[in-house]
Amino acid sequence: MSYITPIAKRKGLQLWGSPNEIFLVIAIAVLSLVIGFSNSVFFSIATPFDLLRSSLIEILFALGLLIVLVSGGIDISFPIVGIFAGYTTVVVMLHYGLDTYSLWIPLVIAAVVGALLGSVNALLIAGFGLPTLIATLGTASIFRGFLLSYVGSAYIANIPLGLDQFATADLISVETATGTLARLHVLVIPTLILAIALAWMMRRTMFGRTIFAIGGSEESARRMGMNVRWTKARIYILVGALSGIAGIIYVSLQRVADPYALAGTELGIIAAVVLGGASIMGGYGTVTGTVLGVLLINLIKDNLILLGIPGSWQRAAIGLMLLIGVVSQAISDNRRLKQAGTVTGEDKP
Amino acid sequence: MVFGTEGISKSFGGARALHDVSFTVSAGDVHCLAGENGSGKSTLIKIMSGVESADSGLILLGEEKLRALTPRDAVAKGVQVIFQDFSLIPNLSVAENIALSTNVLEKRILNDPRRNRDIAAKALDLIGVDIDLDAEVRSIPVSSKQLVAIARAMNQGVKLLFMDEATTALTRKEIDHLFGVVNGLKERGVGTVFVSHKLDEVQEIAKSITILRNGVVAAAGHMKDFDRRAISVAMTSLDVNNLGLVPAIPHDAPTVLEVDSISAPGSFKNISFSVKGGEILGITGLLGSGRSEIAEALFGVTHITSGVVRVNGTPVKLSGPRDAVKAGIGYVPQDRLTHGLFLNQSIRTNVMASAIERFLGALGFVRRKHIQETVTQWIRNLRIKTDDPGSPVTSLSGGNQQRVVLAKWLAMSPSVLILNGPTVGVDIGSKREILEIIREKALDGMAIVIVSDDIPEIVQICHRVIVIHQGETGAHFEASDISEIRLYEELSA
Repeated sequence: MSYITPIAKRKGLQLWGSPNEIFLVIAIAVLSLVIGFSNSVFFSIATPFDLLRSSLIEILFALGLLIVLVSGGIDISFPIVGIFAGYTTVVVMLHYGLDTYSLWIPLVIAAVVGALLGSVNALLIAGFGLPTLIATLGTASIFRGFLLSYVGSAYIANIPLGLDQFATADLISVETATGTLARLHVLVIPTLILAIALAWMMRRTMFGRTIFAIGGSEESARRMGMNVRWTKARIYILVGALSGIAGIIYVSLQRVADPYALAGTELGIIAAVVLGGASIMGGYGTVTGTVLGVLLINLIKDNLILLGIPGSWQRAAIGLMLLIGVVSQAISDNRRLKQAGTVTGEDKP
Repeated sequence: MVFGTEGISKSFGGARALHDVSFTVSAGDVHCLAGENGSGKSTLIKIMSGVESADSGLILLGEEKLRALTPRDAVAKGVQVIFQDFSLIPNLSVAENIALSTNVLEKRILNDPRRNRDIAAKALDLIGVDIDLDAEVRSIPVSSKQLVAIARAMNQGVKLLFMDEATTALTRKEIDHLFGVVNGLKERGVGTVFVSHKLDEVQEIAKSITILRNGVVAAAGHMKDFDRRAISVAMTSLDVNNLGLVPAIPHDAPTVLEVDSISAPGSFKNISFSVKGGEILGITGLLGSGRSEIAEALFGVTHITSGVVRVNGTPVKLSGPRDAVKAGIGYVPQDRLTHGLFLNQSIRTNVMASAIERFLGALGFVRRKHIQETVTQWIRNLRIKTDDPGSPVTSLSGGNQQRVVLAKWLAMSPSVLILNGPTVGVDIGSKREILEIIREKALDGMAIVIVSDDIPEIVQICHRVIVIHQGETGAHFEASDISEIRLYEELSA
């Protein structure tokens, strides 16, 4: 059997799964040094704390999107699902006088609203077999229209007490050299737990493996006896619930409920997930990579000005990052396949 | 334990796919199910694996005789099919590809990588193969993928294993290894059925054979009673219809297409031939022999690195389909659905697509009236069955779609027409008419090249045939030498 090409065994525990993740860590480190040397304000404990705070919401959205991308689909309705759920939760709570200190009530309402919106996507995609881009492009507009005309279009400054208080729930606060407080929000803990739980789900449950299988080859997954439709439905419902939770936490951290918020944030999050190594063609993606991708994008976004680049270039920079992510995937894919000799031509004499 | 069928019949619409087909395989035997494309092999596999149900007849699975079974039943009773594409998941590891279907079957909620590896290691061990369990399936060679698919089947308690065209993509060495594995299956009491139209290798290992032709059993028996010639005779129907009835080419016909030792690395090398006006040249060879690539090269899709192509004596540079069209070369591709038609467009648009420049008026606008007349004429000429040229091309049957593809190229009046598998997936009636149209065009003086693995078709229509072996020109047949049996012998040589 000498002709069976030996493939290098993976070594060790694989703490950092792929070269892509190592690359992201290096990119974040190098970029930090560059920014720091051009502006020493950067070297402060406040910087990582602020970066984490500004990334938390995006990490929540990104983890949902990661699942969709791995399954071979795409979702662009998640920001509107998030704000729909967040805003509706506030409206409902205020309407029924639920102005409590409880955090669980708004979280549960938002997750349920998000899951309901997600099940509309699920019905279109898993039920009617619509292409995911078109389905979510359509629902995004419908959800937004519905939110503004039936739930409300007013800016709500007095959000329920629990949500308002949570905005300033710090895990650590340190006084910096300049006398201001550097604060790390308590949300990093639940986000970390959620990330670990999702990573576990993707690796260690049949649901997770089926998501990867569908992303690799839907037809083969079906022939292996997997329930492709039901898995897809669950993906979009789960992503809806995750987006709902992200939406209510966004409202909490902003301390206002603005139905026009989050519009247009999908580009940056898609860029982050793709940069984190998730394949736009499906079948690949890791939680670690996704988190690193969000951190890198936010590091760039937050510090363009420190680097002397006008803020108006922000969207262009994000677009560029998205393209870099996709192109680097294509290049590494090609190289990998060429090494294995499975690029066309191999079977020919 | 005996598996097989008893008097199975099946029709699709009015077309008979199988009629009174019986065959049996004993546990631990290797059987060969042979037949040309369209002889009913795939329908039989589909019935045995529960994908289609038979109109009449019984399925034998050991003690049981069943009228019909579901795909799930089939797996539960030990029937497994390994298709040519293996149905593996490219981004998952070898271990998961083998073990996940077991997990699904056991309705597991959790996925235990260590258990997956154990299951996979055991399955690979059963067939005596060693493949890295952690390798991503897309990175392993085709031969290993096949072994992974076999291991997965073992894991699901396979008793009867169908292998569809199992040896087509393998090298000789890999085939020997596969046969070693199949011998191991024999010892474990698994019945194996090789389903193939390429027989020489399977002959070495099969104990018995069933040959299908047009949906009926043409011959069956012990392998040792059949030689290659006997199999070829049984596979090909020798009725009068299939004798070559090719009109002679005028002696003074000019040479239209000249191909002078063209090569494309990895696909074919030093291919030379010429075709006169009015002549139909057949190019045949096995899947992967390079026949398709030669056709594509003549249309500028595959790039040639050396050699010359001349049309009417003028060398042409073929760096893309545009060059080919400009030089007067038309091409009917193998896969009309993805390469030959604008599926969401009307019949009219499709017919006009490659000749559009002929219909431009003074300012570069399209002259609609002229188009209307031409399209109507082509629909009549090619007997395309439609009431409305404006209706989408997808509303037509396979045979009529193929005529639209033909019309599209004929409308530009090429000097050379290359057809790659012109009647794949077309019903018998349409096939005859399409061949008739091709013949008419040749009589008009067009030079025609047909690339196909449909031997009866080649025999019916070609003046000359060249056989491609592993990218090089093998045998060459002239008019009266062309016969199905000789071509089959040459193909499996």
